[in-house]
Amino acid sequence: MDSSMYPIAVFFAAIFTNNILLTNYLGMCSFLSVSRELKTSVGLGIAVTFVMASTTVLNWMVYTYILLPFELTYLRYIVFIIVIAAFVQLVEMIIERTSEGLYAALGIFLPLITVNCAILGVSLFMVIREYTLITSFFYGLGSGLGWFLAILAMAGIRVKLARAKVPPGLEGAGITLVIAGIMALAFMGFSGMITIS
Amino acid sequence: MVTTFLISLGIMSAISLVLALLMVIADATIGNYGDVNITINDDKELTVRGGQPLLKALNGEGVFIPSACGGRGSCGLCKVKVTEGGGQYLPTELPWISEEEKKEHVRLSCQFKVKNDISIEIPEELFKVKQFRAKVESLKDLTHDIKEVRLALIDPPEIEMTAGQFIQFQVPEYELTDEPVYRAYSMASVPSDTKHVELEIRLVPNGVCTTYVHKYLKEGDTVELNGPYGDFYLRDTDRPIICIAGGSGMAPIKSILLDLASKGSKRKAQYFFGARTKKDLFLLEEMQELEKQLPGFSFLPALSEPLEEDQWKGEIGLITDVVARLGEDGAEAEAYLCGSPGMIDACVKVLTSLGLPEERIYYDKFA
Repeated sequence: MDSSMYPIAVFFAAIFTNNILLTNYLGMCSFLSVSRELKTSVGLGIAVTFVMASTTVLNWMVYTYILLPFELTYLRYIVFIIVIAAFVQLVEMIIERTSEGLYAALGIFLPLITVNCAILGVSLFMVIREYTLITSFFYGLGSGLGWFLAILAMAGIRVKLARAKVPPGLEGAGITLVIAGIMALAFMGFSGMITIS
Repeated sequence: MVTTFLISLGIMSAISLVLALLMVIADATIGNYGDVNITINDDKELTVRGGQPLLKALNGEGVFIPSACGGRGSCGLCKVKVTEGGGQYLPTELPWISEEEKKEHVRLSCQFKVKNDISIEIPEELFKVKQFRAKVESLKDLTHDIKEVRLALIDPPEIEMTAGQFIQFQVPEYELTDEPVYRAYSMASVPSDTKHVELEIRLVPNGVCTTYVHKYLKEGDTVELNGPYGDFYLRDTDRPIICIAGGSGMAPIKSILLDLASKGSKRKAQYFFGARTKKDLFLLEEMQELEKQLPGFSFLPALSEPLEEDQWKGEIGLITDVVARLGEDGAEAEAYLCGSPGMIDACVKVLTSLGLPEERIYYDKFA
């Protein structure tokens, strides 16, 4: 593949064929608990997309310019975690201070994201696959949008599901996991379209 | 080996240091809202540090807003009317706020953050309400299904209450509840004993709090409660008193009578206590003791369905009939009622027929 197109390929792959949520099953807890309504799902989806795109860039820089030169790559887990936590906290404070509307829509979801494993997962995949800065950014953005897409679809289904008769034993998390599984099967239809390593 | 160790330590510390420094600076600049003023009921003014949740800010100034979940936004109890400076609702508040409450600007105080000067309205009685930690001093079976719980207050060590008021008792997470819940119980203790709170709790099958108290609570346990609440309390007059209670409705009436005794009152008082059979009667000796201490007091227990083995020589019949037969002339009296809604409604009718105006009939209905 043309190397200038590679970041774009990664971007689309992250949304469809390698969806972080539906193929890697990362970021499940907020996916399950916040997907009850469309409106909150949109808020959380946007917040995840923003944080993923930003933290991949930050973590890429920290990894490439600090951890690699000093041969400290084994510290990446703990370093990535604190970078993400500090960044999320900072963004929350800024949003809370500057925009009431934005805080009501996004801000309250940010603390939820600090401990979202999809965010850490994206940063780790990025260094394992040795992406460049540009590719990493597109990978983060794509993964965020993919996650957004998945939770949006789930919320849409669950809004309809509220009127369905679910067997008592499957109510709540049970039926949601079953739906997530079926959605993952559906996303398998995309595989083969783009292959990235 | 030592150098790699030192390098990793140094880099790790440097990264943490930079991030921590960044957070400290952010907290002092972006997160610093300065001091803000909270005006309560157009009257009281508090100055608090901005940026914190309203619930916490008020708590820090000694104004206690009841909340069961402790500010996690999962109980919906800590509602406060914010009349000025409220701004937009947060998604975390909306599940608890009805359309009517939205029009009245009711906010969930644990989620709402104070960032600018605001005006709020809260019920006056909340100014005296505090959150208490207490130790279970003793547990006693009063009847087959009513337990007396005596609590020794730890922090704060004293309560300022009026006879007849109630507290909210916190039930921690256990088998029947996933999160702490509060239930209201009248205090049976005398107000002059500020270090103790006594409750009389009847077992309700599958009741979250009553089951906890009857089956799980042990002497020596630490419990949480808050209070005092309620406008059912002894009025400071010279009028004759008619008290009527059934079951654990005994508690606030006992407090009222003990209060009269501790003040050496000479007021005339009748206490009608309704029960089904003899095994539902309790505190008979205490009431006889009170009859000796209070010159104008008579205790009139009545059984509605006495058994043969009860060998009951006292009053027989429904409590309403007994009140109608033996009640004082109502024109001058005031009445204190505590019991089930059915009993209260029936008794109010009887009392008005005795000549008592409704505004002098005070009652505490079990919800």
